[in-house]
Amino acid sequence: MNFTYTIFILLLPFFSFLILGLAGKWLSHRTAGIFGTLVLGVVTVLSYFTAFEYFTADRVDGVFQTLVPYNFVWLPFFDGGLHFDLGIMLDPITVMMLIVISTVSLMVHIYSFGYMHGERGFQRYYAYLSLFTMSMLGLVMATNIFQMYMFWELVGVCSYLLIGFYYTQAPAVAASKKAFIVTRFADLGFLIGILFYGYYTGSFSFDFTNTAVYLNGAMPGVGADFSKAIAGAGFILPTALFLMFVGGAGKSAMFPLHIWLPDAMEGPTPVSALIHAATMVVAGVFQVARMFPLWIQYAPETLHIVAWIGAFTAFYAAAVACAQSDIKRVLAFSTISQIAFMMVALGVCLPEGGYTDNHASLGYMASMYHLFTHAMFKATLFLCAGCIIHAVHSNEMEFMGGMRKYMPITHITFLIACLAISGIPPFSGFFSKDEILVAAFHYSSAMGWIMTGIAAMTAFYMFRLYYGIFWGTENVEYHEHHTPHESPAVMTIPLILLTVITVTVGWILPGSFGSFVSATGEAYHIHLDWSVAGTSIVIAVIAIALATYIYSGVRQPIAEKMKATFPALHKWAYHRFYLDEVYQFVTHRIVFGIFSRSFAWFDRHVVDGFFNFLAWGTNAASYSIRTLQSGRVQQYAFVFLLGVLVLILMLII
Amino acid sequence: MDYSQFLNMSDELSLLAVVVILFMADLFCCGSENSTKPSKALSLIAVPLLLVQTVYMLVNMPADCVTAFGDMYLSAPMMTVVKAVLNIGTVIVFLMANVWMNREENQVKQGEFYLLTLFTLLGMYFMISSGHFLMFFIGLELASIPMTALVAFTKKNQESAEAAAKYILTALFSSGLLLYGISLLYGTCGTLYFNDMAAVMDASNWVQLAALVLFISGIGFKISLVPFHLWTADTYEGAPTTVTGYLSVISKGAAAFVMFVILTKVFEPMVENWNLLLFWIIIVSITVANIFAVRQNNIKRFMAFSAISQAGYLVLGAMGGTAQGMTAMVYYLFVYMVANLGVFAIINIVEQRSGKLNISDYDGFYATNPKLSFIMTLCLFSLAGIPPFAGFFSKFFIFMAGFKAGFPWLVFIALVNTVISLYYYLLIVKAMYIKKSDTPIARFSSDGYTQIGLALCAIGVVFAGILSQIYQYFDSFSFGLMP
Repeated sequence: MNFTYTIFILLLPFFSFLILGLAGKWLSHRTAGIFGTLVLGVVTVLSYFTAFEYFTADRVDGVFQTLVPYNFVWLPFFDGGLHFDLGIMLDPITVMMLIVISTVSLMVHIYSFGYMHGERGFQRYYAYLSLFTMSMLGLVMATNIFQMYMFWELVGVCSYLLIGFYYTQAPAVAASKKAFIVTRFADLGFLIGILFYGYYTGSFSFDFTNTAVYLNGAMPGVGADFSKAIAGAGFILPTALFLMFVGGAGKSAMFPLHIWLPDAMEGPTPVSALIHAATMVVAGVFQVARMFPLWIQYAPETLHIVAWIGAFTAFYAAAVACAQSDIKRVLAFSTISQIAFMMVALGVCLPEGGYTDNHASLGYMASMYHLFTHAMFKATLFLCAGCIIHAVHSNEMEFMGGMRKYMPITHITFLIACLAISGIPPFSGFFSKDEILVAAFHYSSAMGWIMTGIAAMTAFYMFRLYYGIFWGTENVEYHEHHTPHESPAVMTIPLILLTVITVTVGWILPGSFGSFVSATGEAYHIHLDWSVAGTSIVIAVIAIALATYIYSGVRQPIAEKMKATFPALHKWAYHRFYLDEVYQFVTHRIVFGIFSRSFAWFDRHVVDGFFNFLAWGTNAASYSIRTLQSGRVQQYAFVFLLGVLVLILMLII
Repeated sequence: MDYSQFLNMSDELSLLAVVVILFMADLFCCGSENSTKPSKALSLIAVPLLLVQTVYMLVNMPADCVTAFGDMYLSAPMMTVVKAVLNIGTVIVFLMANVWMNREENQVKQGEFYLLTLFTLLGMYFMISSGHFLMFFIGLELASIPMTALVAFTKKNQESAEAAAKYILTALFSSGLLLYGISLLYGTCGTLYFNDMAAVMDASNWVQLAALVLFISGIGFKISLVPFHLWTADTYEGAPTTVTGYLSVISKGAAAFVMFVILTKVFEPMVENWNLLLFWIIIVSITVANIFAVRQNNIKRFMAFSAISQAGYLVLGAMGGTAQGMTAMVYYLFVYMVANLGVFAIINIVEQRSGKLNISDYDGFYATNPKLSFIMTLCLFSLAGIPPFAGFFSKFFIFMAGFKAGFPWLVFIALVNTVISLYYYLLIVKAMYIKKSDTPIARFSSDGYTQIGLALCAIGVVFAGILSQIYQYFDSFSFGLMP
């Protein structure tokens, strides 16, 4: 089977972007929305078809082949040396990501039809969504790290555009700038890492062992040559990979580069669901997974640093999430925490027996599994939040409470997603989180218990949120003014579909995710380790019970008392431990005040001075030699001859 | 004699066929003396014919090097590719010439224009495919003499006549020097066949070194390198605008390519010497031209200095005579061609519609003609080498080739000069977009031919860089001094 049609998975959303972007002005909202959604529907069908074809194809040596339907050299440097390629590569994680991206994107397209109804710039919104989908699909289908980087920047741009969609509102503009600057700053690390890597290995290709199958006579890439890199005292590859991880940490909001994600919630809620929960923010995890063979073989110690960064981020975000009152911010911190779980899972892989051991590298599979399930239930949560915000016109929990009466569908779907993220069987989150915990225990019991503890915190803050919205103290006065109502079908149907996936994907295919995606590519059968799973269930149930005890009542004396007893802690957590203020201080006082000012001086006087001098010199010189161009042919011939003589003398002497 | 070897010259023969067909058409379709309305048949058939011939050449391309007449004539796939590139440029020139040709005073001379242009093109073909210095010289002259007639095309116009006079006088002078160089070569080598000469060339023989200098200066005149460039500004200013466009790209490009071929083939043992010569010539060309360009007000004069500076970059590809340099040079030529002809097409249409030729006349051009201003900006950006336009990629490859051939300082100086060039290219953009004018060029619509030509140029400027296949296509044929 050749997968040449996969090119349309990229081209279709791009054309949709062009049409909606260029001709959107002349289309009605309805046409634009239907067009964008239909195109994405075709893309989704193609993605599912690709997945079906890919996973039903025969394995070679027990491994799904890495296929390259397209690849061509875009920018060659020296002969036979480095070159930038563009192409399409299919391997298990790419195909899995195709499903995640197209599914969530399609749901968001449909949902937005209701959510964005009547907004100004509706066509622009759909154009950006198409561009984002194209970029994200391109990111996962890239054949080499440089192509990935290009699409990586593109998704960054789309994120910027969509966060700042309500560009007339100052907070949205500030948030979009913040997101762009922080991630761009991190991407600098990524770029340096790529250059480091390319320089030492002589290749940008993801084809680490020259095993990819090139279809359609596509140009084979030059396989990476690690001998040079290893000759660099084993220092080069870990450094390069870590620098790439810095870029990934920026996109995936790892501490301390996470500060942009909570602010990114200023964008429309469906965008938060698509970009800032399900797809773009996991790009960092995907990047580490993509480079995983190198990490595990050449830089396992550095990989464990990644694990600890992830563990700290998970804890920090969970702690902050317990004290937020804006429902989207709670979900944002929950996202940070869950992505950190995936990072931890990748980080705890052990290099026993190279990377050929599926047990030692269980975390890889667990991470991808969690990525998959998380995308589904977190998108559900965000879309539910969108429905609620739609109903009460606010993000703050104080305007909610008791919403279960008004919004039954949203209530049920939100509850199921909460159970999934808390790790309660039989919902999908339980299975993937359990695998992560097993991998963490495999690495060290300390890590295992830390992650189990954070999982409990997850259950606690998610149910705090749940009770805060649907039970608890109802803001009766506000609701009388504004009776909340259930959202239209175009918004609830995507919720229901995503919930169905959340409910079923865990137990319908209990062991089979590992047979599609695993570190070595060989089938891995997931089997539950009940000592770990049991502990985590018990702890999660206790956490949920605690949250029920504290937050489900109409009066919440314990919560009030806790707030009163630990005012400092609550205040710190509410203000996210003042990290934003630290950044403010560092950027404004230190970076702007000290560095920028001196750089600006240098720029104004030395750099500009040099170019002004060039301009002045050019002008002065042209004034002084203008007589040379006299218009007299005799003189021309004379200069001609003089030139010849000077050149002859130059050679002979 | 084996007549089948004529078939090896299919490039030249097919072009000759085009010339003959056009000549006949001119004679029979348009020649009736009573008719006051000459038919437009010529312009209608010239472009398609040339396109067909281009396709024919590319399809019929020899797989390997072919010769005819005992190595007098040599051709290789890369040469056919270069000829095809020149053809595309000529097509664009024809497209933009149409509006000028349809003026009252030119209608009767249409045939002359097409025939003269194609004869110079034929001369360049022979020059490119020559295997012998005499052949090369004949090709050169065949390219030069009709060119003079083209420069003097509007002979009633004094400036045009003056430009032609300056051109022919300088051309004669350079031909004299070139012939002197060739005679020195014949005297020391005893042969003028390229294939035999490299073996008897000697870098310590100062007579041959003098011949090398004379050769470079003779061909440097065609490419308009400093200090052999002084004719350029006057001729470009006086010649009809379409001819200026042709002169600035096609004849320059052909000469630069021939120089590359002969330097690597004949003067191969003197590679150190000609590297030194070119090193200084390039630096002086780029710098001096930039310095002069800043002060020009007549836009054609301005483009003349821009063309001299661009020629410096073009020749940079010849440094060291590498295969990569050859690809970079041909690619540069192609990209420069579309951008420069785009600019000239706009200058031409503006001149035809309003008669204005000064940069200051372009003040406020954007307000009246936004589309043309936009295309002009694209082309100028490409000439200045701003990404993502093709000009950036072509400069990138040229610099890469120069760097790899071992001339980092040359590349550095060329880079500094791109900054200066950006300054003066932006002057025009500034005039069009920012400056206000009380008497801007009035709004006008361009004719269909110019529009097609501009569309081709814009497509080339935008896509020739991004679509890497073009570079790779050139690269698959290139050959150089070193393997």
